[in-house]
Amino acid sequence: MSTDQFAPDRPYRLSSSVALRPEPFGALVYDFTTRKLSFLKTQLLVNVVRELENQPDARSALLSAEVPEAEQQRYLDALAGLLSAGTIEARGTS
Amino acid sequence: MKLVEHFQHGLDAPICLTWELTYACNLSCVHCLSSSGRRDPRELSTEECKAVIDELQRLQVFYVNIGGGEPTIRPDFWELVDYAVAHNVGVKFSTNGVRITPERARWLAGTDYVDVQLSLDGATAEVNDYVRGPGSFNTTMRAMENLRDAGFKDFKISVVMTRHNVGQLDEFKRIADEYGAQLRITRLRPSGRGADTWDELHPTADQQLKLYEWLIDHGENVLTGDSFFHLNALGSTPLPGLNLCGAGRVVCLIDPIGDVYACPFAIHDEFLAGNVRDEGGFTSVWRTSELFERLRAPQTGGACTSCSAYDSCQGGCMAAKFFTGLPLDGPDPECVKGNGERALALVGGGSEKPKPDKDHSKPNRTKRVGVSIGWGPPEPDRLPDRACDTSPLAGFRP
Repeated sequence: MSTDQFAPDRPYRLSSSVALRPEPFGALVYDFTTRKLSFLKTQLLVNVVRELENQPDARSALLSAEVPEAEQQRYLDALAGLLSAGTIEARGTS
Repeated sequence: MKLVEHFQHGLDAPICLTWELTYACNLSCVHCLSSSGRRDPRELSTEECKAVIDELQRLQVFYVNIGGGEPTIRPDFWELVDYAVAHNVGVKFSTNGVRITPERARWLAGTDYVDVQLSLDGATAEVNDYVRGPGSFNTTMRAMENLRDAGFKDFKISVVMTRHNVGQLDEFKRIADEYGAQLRITRLRPSGRGADTWDELHPTADQQLKLYEWLIDHGENVLTGDSFFHLNALGSTPLPGLNLCGAGRVVCLIDPIGDVYACPFAIHDEFLAGNVRDEGGFTSVWRTSELFERLRAPQTGGACTSCSAYDSCQGGCMAAKFFTGLPLDGPDPECVKGNGERALALVGGGSEKPKPDKDHSKPNRTKRVGVSIGWGPPEPDRLPDRACDTSPLAGFRP
């Protein structure tokens, strides 16, 4: 888990201890280490989170998932929240 | 659509699945939800249990709550725990502590994805053993010491709230803190053997209020399994949690012989959805059973619809209503507006109450069975159909 601040121009991925289960509303999020259950409440956010590891930075993941321009700040805030909750983690640039 | 509305329509797989592995138990608690005592000879085999775990992994059911009976007295229990965590199905198991030796506690402390929940229904031996049986307090406290000494952090201490222990809430919290454990309190249900003891044991209206206030003060650090949502109408502050009956929507129970029920408090044919041994296994029971589809359909509040509190209590607990003989679309027996008590009075002496229909109690438990002995041969129209009925002339037609 990263304690660093979220930065839209840095690379991230789904945390290694976390699994996503698709559901009609989005996805269930389960962290096997903390045993905490949480939710991704839109399908678009699920797409963004899954896209993180394929993209050089978070902002590109938003573009790749086709998040509308007007929604982008909300989704970046959501990613920041997911980082502090440990759902996503920073990825090395190698 | 809000998240909670999705839950009402049911998810593709349960979030919270309880799995009673055996009806065998070393104790015979007077409020046992599953009327446990004796092993059912039809119990799922080790291989069948592993097949269920494989299925749960495919469904991404991330963890199961294992109970019983006393699950740890199954000889293959630790093997099944190992198998589950190796297949990404985390385990929390409920135990009275009888098999939590110092060695076992060290093994548990070293195993990821396993959580332990010890049942304790009194902060003193006197209050606990009254419900759980002589010596059970000491057994559980020893298990807690073993877990603490092994360095197992944050195990759960689970308390069923009764008339005798509501006053001990602070003491339970102190015990939990002392052992580095987390306190969990749940509601007494009139299910299983609890049907016989609920009238005597369930908290009074005054105690419900104290309980609610205590939860508002301490709720963030105390688990409740979401079981007190029927108390929400007591105040403007909702208790933490989903506050929704999850039966058949996000919750279900698999019993030792593979029967799937809507929830752990509803072991009765009325709430039986199917069996994991059926074609299609657990997945098809969860997704296509007629009962679960009915539970996921929009519910009406029935007699409660016009009540100002309905939005916060949702009519309460289905199982509590069922086993006290109340209609499922009416008030909970512990309705904080007093409607449950009035409805119970109308049900009367309970002659029509549905009885729990699965009893695994040990045979030495005193049970009163009414037997009527008639005089002479039965009336022609009342001839018994079995040769073992009361009259030696049963079934005899000259």
